[in-house]
Amino acid sequence: MIELEYPFDSAYIMKKRKSIKRTLLSDSSSRLKKKIAVLGGSTTNDIVSVMELFLLNMGIEPTFYQSEYAQYWQDAMFPDEELKSFQPDIVFIHTTYRNISAFPTTSDKPEDVENMLESEFDRFKQMWTAVSERFKCPIIQNNFEMPLYRLMGNKDCSDYRGRENFISRLNMKFYEYSMETSNFYINDINYISASYGLKKWLDPLYWNMYKYALCFEAIPEFAFNTANIVKSVFGKNKKALALDLDNTLWGGVVGDDGAEHIQIGQETGVAQSYFEFQSYIKAQKDLGVMLTVCSKNDEENAVAGLNHPEGVLKPDDFIIIKANWENKDRNIADTAAQLNILPESIVFVDDNPAEREIVKAQIKGVAAPKMDGVENYIQTLDRSGFFEVTTFSEDDLKRNEMYKANVQRAARQATFDNYEDYLLSLDMNAVIDDFTPMYIQRITQLSNKSNQFNVTTKRYTAAQMEDVFASEDYIRLYGKLTDKFGDNGVVSVVIGKKRENTLHIDLWLMSCRVLKRDMEFAMLDTLVSKCRQQGIGTIRGYYYPTAKNSMVKTLFGTFGFEKIEEDDSGNTVWELNIENYQNKNHVINVHGNESLQ
Amino acid sequence: MTEEEIYEKLNEIFQDVFDDETIEVDELTTADDIDDWDSLEHINLVAAVEKEFGIKFKMGEVSTMKDVGEMVEIIMERI
Repeated sequence: MIELEYPFDSAYIMKKRKSIKRTLLSDSSSRLKKKIAVLGGSTTNDIVSVMELFLLNMGIEPTFYQSEYAQYWQDAMFPDEELKSFQPDIVFIHTTYRNISAFPTTSDKPEDVENMLESEFDRFKQMWTAVSERFKCPIIQNNFEMPLYRLMGNKDCSDYRGRENFISRLNMKFYEYSMETSNFYINDINYISASYGLKKWLDPLYWNMYKYALCFEAIPEFAFNTANIVKSVFGKNKKALALDLDNTLWGGVVGDDGAEHIQIGQETGVAQSYFEFQSYIKAQKDLGVMLTVCSKNDEENAVAGLNHPEGVLKPDDFIIIKANWENKDRNIADTAAQLNILPESIVFVDDNPAEREIVKAQIKGVAAPKMDGVENYIQTLDRSGFFEVTTFSEDDLKRNEMYKANVQRAARQATFDNYEDYLLSLDMNAVIDDFTPMYIQRITQLSNKSNQFNVTTKRYTAAQMEDVFASEDYIRLYGKLTDKFGDNGVVSVVIGKKRENTLHIDLWLMSCRVLKRDMEFAMLDTLVSKCRQQGIGTIRGYYYPTAKNSMVKTLFGTFGFEKIEEDDSGNTVWELNIENYQNKNHVINVHGNESLQ
Repeated sequence: MTEEEIYEKLNEIFQDVFDDETIEVDELTTADDIDDWDSLEHINLVAAVEKEFGIKFKMGEVSTMKDVGEMVEIIMERI
């Protein structure tokens, strides 16, 4: 919804939020339901109601628990019945510098301040520990914004007695904790308040009158920033950029002006702005965002523009280059299909408002931010939070290479008559075995973002996955696939729960980048052999239909399971007696965890 | 801006904030006349009025305004 996309009109959102909510809820899209406990050190009502709008717009339908006024610490340490039974999926601790219990005074010695810092930090740490032990869910914690005044003036930041200094040191302690603790995310209000304007943000009227720790009109900025973390934790980030070229990645029109005359590099201010923007995009790639081109151009000209010696981005940086005269929505749909991702996980970046309109009208859920003036490009993309980083795995670093290898594989496929010959020619090697700590983060990440090849679409937080990993009641498998073009990383996960001599499949997912490689058969072979070792005779599979997982509707059927139940909504239950099971994979060499050493 | 024009704008703001197109305010309208007008919505309302007319209420005024008439008087003084 355009009203909720960055840069948004905060006053409009605050005024119209009731009707915005009505519109969002009436669009009949299916959303992930999540329970969010907001433990506040100041008033949170309007924050929650605006956060709800952003989350609805991002595909999450939240229900909230809110602490009584300023009861965050009590609620975390000694939750009441309501909070206990609420069982949050995520806890958001909304504290600000107003909640710091003691600040240094001018007569304090350095060791007094040191103690003060430790005890303040401990107060927070106790709370985080209590929350994570009880609820086993992710925590979002605000850092502290800078204070309303500086008692010592400029020295307030550098002297150990200064409040500004104290706050900065406390923030550093929060960051250290967050670096060593998974499932713990800092909501950077220090940055957001500075960017908004600290003077306005801290308008004392709102604190004194309503006990809001920020001014009323800043609430949307704050709520949006927080909602971005939530949606990223629950796997709703975007995955790829589809970039226009002329007047988006460089100034001018390469087809008209010639590659030597486009604006990119260090010559002029405009050229430098495009250079900065290209550098920003290149850095996104290093974070695991997939880059593609979507431009109305002859391909030859597009490539010539990208080969400009002063440019940062080269043709090789892109997985797919669509430079043709087709409609852009067609090209984006094609790109999504080629990458095996949903069109709605693409961000379309184009300076032309007409192109953005067409794409948005044709492809539901695609993002097309308003790119208005090259000097604003970076901020617009950056603040939109499309790719908000909450976990960062090895695979993210390699993603572009993996997808590029995929496109090469597709090119090879065309030259084989027999599909099995082609698969054999790929020299595929897999590691399929019980989870190992090294991959647990990636496994959790997959459970939260696989939509298509996923029979139950069951989501796991990092803490829940740790529990599964630690328990004797499950048979767990992850699968990692390598071939002659590269390492695909961990691409498949299966979790089954043992009950008597039957294994019930809780989760069976696979990344779409390895579709049609027989990887699912290799997984099944190993699963059956693990079952045999543990005296299990029957495997029961479950399929729950969603808008996106129809490709695995008959997966268990393909495996040779019998359908034993089906209800009105299309949920099916399948069963396989493994006594006479014969291995189905003949193209992948399978190894166990010992091969990782 | 005439008093009449101010009331016209106020009606729009009230309708947006309380999401009810039937609301018509006059000088005697108070929080008791509108169901959802509690202390929380009051902040929202005040912020929307300030924004629309480009004015700021003083801290004391926000809590002591007793009806819409008083609000309009303050608006007339400041615009």
